[in-house]
Amino acid sequence: MSDFQTVIGLEVHLQLNTQSKIFCGCANTFGQPPNTQTCPVCLGLPGSLPVFNRRVLDHALKIAMALHCNVNPFIKFDRKNYYYPDLPKGYQISQYDLPIANNGFLEIKTGDTVKRINIRRAHLEEDAGKLIHDPAANCSLVDYNRAGTPLMEIVTEPDIHSPQEAYDYLTELKLSLQYLDVSDCDMEKGSLRCDANISIRKKGAKELGTKAELKNMNSFKAVKAALEFEENRQAQTIQAGEKIAQETRLWNEQKQITISMRSKEEAHDYRYFPEPDLVPFTVDQQTIEEIRKVLPESPAEKFNRFLKQYALSEYDTQILIQDKNLAAFFEECTTHYPQAKKICNWIIGPLAQELNTRRTGITTLNLKPGDFTDLVQKVDEGILSNLTGKNVLSAMIDTNKNAQTIISEKGLAQVSDDSTLEKIVDEVIRENEKTAAQIKEGKENAIGFLVGQAMRKTNGKANPKKLGDIIKRRIQNV
Amino acid sequence: MKLNELTAHELLGLLKTKQATPEAIEKDISAAIEKSEKKVKAYVRLIEEKLSEKSTGGKLSGIPIAVKDNICIKDTPTTCASRILEGFRPPYNATVIEKLKGQELPLAGQTNMDEFAFGSSTENSCIGPTHNPWNLDCVPGGSSGGSAAAVAAHEAIWALGSDTGGSIRQPASFCGIVGVKPTYGRVSRYGLIAFASSLDQIGPLTKDVTDAALLLKVIAGHDQKDSTSADIPVPDFTSSLKKDVKNIKIAIPKEYFVSGINPEIKKIILEAIETLKKLGVSFHEVSLPHTEYAVATYYVIATAEASSNLARFDGVQYGLRSQPQALRKTPLIDMFEETREKGFGNEAKRRIMLGTYALSSGYYDAYYLRGQKVRTLIKNDFDKVFEEFDAVLTPTSPTTAFKIGERASDPLSMYLSDVYTISANLAGIPAISLPCGFSKDHLPVGLQIMTKPFDEEMMFRVAYAYEQATDWHKKKVSL
Repeated sequence: MSDFQTVIGLEVHLQLNTQSKIFCGCANTFGQPPNTQTCPVCLGLPGSLPVFNRRVLDHALKIAMALHCNVNPFIKFDRKNYYYPDLPKGYQISQYDLPIANNGFLEIKTGDTVKRINIRRAHLEEDAGKLIHDPAANCSLVDYNRAGTPLMEIVTEPDIHSPQEAYDYLTELKLSLQYLDVSDCDMEKGSLRCDANISIRKKGAKELGTKAELKNMNSFKAVKAALEFEENRQAQTIQAGEKIAQETRLWNEQKQITISMRSKEEAHDYRYFPEPDLVPFTVDQQTIEEIRKVLPESPAEKFNRFLKQYALSEYDTQILIQDKNLAAFFEECTTHYPQAKKICNWIIGPLAQELNTRRTGITTLNLKPGDFTDLVQKVDEGILSNLTGKNVLSAMIDTNKNAQTIISEKGLAQVSDDSTLEKIVDEVIRENEKTAAQIKEGKENAIGFLVGQAMRKTNGKANPKKLGDIIKRRIQNV
Repeated sequence: MKLNELTAHELLGLLKTKQATPEAIEKDISAAIEKSEKKVKAYVRLIEEKLSEKSTGGKLSGIPIAVKDNICIKDTPTTCASRILEGFRPPYNATVIEKLKGQELPLAGQTNMDEFAFGSSTENSCIGPTHNPWNLDCVPGGSSGGSAAAVAAHEAIWALGSDTGGSIRQPASFCGIVGVKPTYGRVSRYGLIAFASSLDQIGPLTKDVTDAALLLKVIAGHDQKDSTSADIPVPDFTSSLKKDVKNIKIAIPKEYFVSGINPEIKKIILEAIETLKKLGVSFHEVSLPHTEYAVATYYVIATAEASSNLARFDGVQYGLRSQPQALRKTPLIDMFEETREKGFGNEAKRRIMLGTYALSSGYYDAYYLRGQKVRTLIKNDFDKVFEEFDAVLTPTSPTTAFKIGERASDPLSMYLSDVYTISANLAGIPAISLPCGFSKDHLPVGLQIMTKPFDEEMMFRVAYAYEQATDWHKKKVSL
């Protein structure tokens, strides 16, 4: 590979989460029984006509602005003509020569550097239905529920130079889109889909190499893997003195390879022309400005603000902003208990762990920020040990009770009382005379062992910091 | 007097004074169908619809109407006279059907047409041609030939058709009745199975101008389901009919009177001009310089849109599905190809190919894009004329009805049949055809009046004045 430079451009199809479809009033919901979310318009029945859903425009404008694009206020649709059973009209209503957005960029962190990936264009279109192949019955069935779902296609310039960069771009794009609340961005459900164009060229060459278009990747990891496979395949092809064919290739997830689907000669002539059933219109500047006003903070903006406002480390902040809702939870918590660093540690630590094991998000939990900070505060004040605190958090989530109730019910409060702790420490020293002697000789890191022994005797309720102090004092005094 | 030979407004008067009943009207219509339909073949299928026992107050209640077979009627086969839509029953009503139902207009049946409205003779139908009631050897015009013939043969009181390049006006002219293509956007296209979306309009075919004004009022108006329908108030077209036409200025485009026009027709049109002059109308010759490009422009734009609009007929969801016996390419491609091969007639195939070519990569700029530019020039020609004039008057067709089969093998001569009507569709303006005389061989001749967009009132006013000064509209076919 070292002789070659890889050139990648990505096309992302994003399903927008409007209530209804782009050209009819059908519900835009995933996972319903087949063909129950349909009407004459999205079925493309003869005589039916599309009517543009204006709410789609708001979503599209948000995306355009978040990606720093020029917004084209003249909204015009075109027909993209091709035959496929999941395409009810024999054409897809899309935007061809005048996309709603163009010339934008997204900044991504890749390794230690920040890189700008230019966005060529982003346009609106309708999704097609879905084919379900039934090998047992030797037939294919069509579900048109998805037909007419609003899509935004976001196309980068060929600015990406490694599969890892492609992965980083997708991750950042997804995060930015999630912040806008315009899409579920769920590749498994198909609400975010990605095709990739990849070519390689001799380092320093100006001309682009012949590209392959890769399809059928169903995760960011698969995109990365497909690109890695493809850059190697292309390099080997060239090194073997052969030519790269311009073609569309399908990613085979099981075999982890790409397979040729169709060549350039077989490529469609989509015969684009302006959609005569929809009247072009111009979005007024006021509408655009109103959207701009309500545009939420971007991940990058939040990152910089958190660094400044809460004096968190870059590492912590980066983790915190990965989940918009968790970041909002954090901010809410700081109004209850102004110890940002401690709250952050508890969120990206124990709380994140709880969310992970439960495979859920913060908004689905009934955890009140005030209750959460009470817990953090109790640990800070030594009423609970760290470990007990974690257990209490788990119980809080399970039972919806606050920390105090759980502590009282289970008798979990930390033992910090000096005389009780001294008794326990003396016991432990007696039982571990050798260790005690080593500590006296200056081997301070053995203290931890004795602390652990003492914790066991108190079922973890003892205050470990205090235990350490008492152990030192008692040993030195012997 | 047979009730089916009267106009709608005459019947409404009789119904009001109880001199006629809806049942009696229906009986006379049925008798006419019984007697004439075998010869005329105006209908694709009749609709057995029971008259409602009690009127809910529809203003035009009880006047049977025929509807072209490309307008969707809920749960009723609607096929565009094409095999490919065999068995298709729309699960919804076209907006115009809803409007007719709102006025309690009983549906008499669905009328024959050129397949998907592709034609000017109603010969391109999967059930065979309709015959002109004035001369059964002749075509009724097209593509709304079934609607025109049904009205002329008194098998319906009035009818709806669709007009993409003259498909209402030319058959109205050939059958001696009145036909209106409204301004583009005046009538909702929702439920009209599209031929060319930027040109199609639904409109009335009637026995006189008053009926056309009445019926247009019923079907017109903004529709949220059709983005191209105009949110412009619909006037009561009948109220302005009787205003006089003194000092009205009408333009005569010289390009419409040069080559190709039948001298007999030219003479009849000039007589019509004299009649209107006597009523106080002034006439002035003008130029619509891009007229000569209208037919070519139309056949690029209309076929391009049609090629895309007809792509949905692929055998997947509804209508005909056909699979060849032996595998040719893939089962899927085979189904698409075989279905379309068997489902479409020759003219449909010709237009799909023309349109596909015009949109193809490498040809788009030379054909479709240039066509759109010329379309704008044609529209500008009319805009300029309407700055100074109230209306434009032309013949509706360069010839009278031709013989069945005469032009079937010559598509180009068929296409030229619409040379005078196509411009109104390209410009989006309203146009009416009304009877203005007969040729020596007793075939009707039509007069076309065009006005500026959404000025149907002026169009009706001039047409009505002419109609009242003559009695061509009273001539009746005897079969």
